[in-house]
Amino acid sequence: MTALPYVDGNMLDGPLGEVFAVDLSTATGRCAHCGTASPVAGLRVYSHAPGLVARCPTCVEVMLRLVRAPDRAWLDLRGATFLRFPMPPERTLIR
Amino acid sequence: MGIVTPGFEGRPRAGAPNLPPGQYLTPDFPVLSAGPTPKVPRETWEFVISTETGMEYRWSWDEMMALPQEAPTVDIHCVTRWSKLGTTWQGVSLDTLLDGIDTVADYALAHSYGGYSSNLPLGDLRDGRAWLVHTYDGGDLPAEHGGPARLLVPHLYFWKSAKWVRGIRLMSEDSPGFWETAGYHDYGDPWREQRYQGD
Ligand SMILES: [Zn+2]
Repeated sequence: MTALPYVDGNMLDGPLGEVFAVDLSTATGRCAHCGTASPVAGLRVYSHAPGLVARCPTCVEVMLRLVRAPDRAWLDLRGATFLRFPMPPERTLIR
Repeated sequence: MGIVTPGFEGRPRAGAPNLPPGQYLTPDFPVLSAGPTPKVPRETWEFVISTETGMEYRWSWDEMMALPQEAPTVDIHCVTRWSKLGTTWQGVSLDTLLDGIDTVADYALAHSYGGYSSNLPLGDLRDGRAWLVHTYDGGDLPAEHGGPARLLVPHLYFWKSAKWVRGIRLMSEDSPGFWETAGYHDYGDPWREQRYQGD
């Protein structure tokens, strides 16, 4: 077996942190292809590419792509049916 | 730039070579990949051109190798900013493969083993500007560089030269490929620096 040239999803924290205001290191994503919910940190990220390609650890289909131009970014999540984030407890709204 | 690379075509290339804007010269051949490397045995490899009317033209490995072979020497330009000059390949011209195929399509989508794809105008695959290559630098094209066979379209950014190519769909309408659906330019001319949509 040759080692596959990917790294784990923890490397997405920095690039996605530029886009999202929430902490993605503890988020979970559900694969649109096979339905497995995986921690974002557990995705297989191919970074030696024109963009970042994060693949499902179960079926290896693409879940997330991030392309960073100098002044723009494209985030493609068609391969994920949801991203779930832990949030602080919701406070009672006073109207 | 202090790198001096003698041109394989005999062009003098002392000092700064004539690179597209924003590119740097590399003597290496970096491996870029959006996923795991597919293992494609030549025994089961096939190449398929399908037309807008649903016609399909197929070649096995042996049938492809029996076609007239060419040996282009070309400069390649990756959108991640490296360029490599005087690369030597062997393969079949797309003119040869497209010869006799009845089509009025304007667009093509190259699709690959492993799921990759890239779109380009059909005209850019013609007139001696595109090849299906199986040999690099005198040896079998390594799997990490797209072997057993890849597309070679050196006048466009190298992501258009689909690795592990399995076929080409000829279409009346443009259909963006893997990187073109995620922000990269539909055409990708390195001399006009068409990296991203809107460039
Ligand atoms: Zn999956």
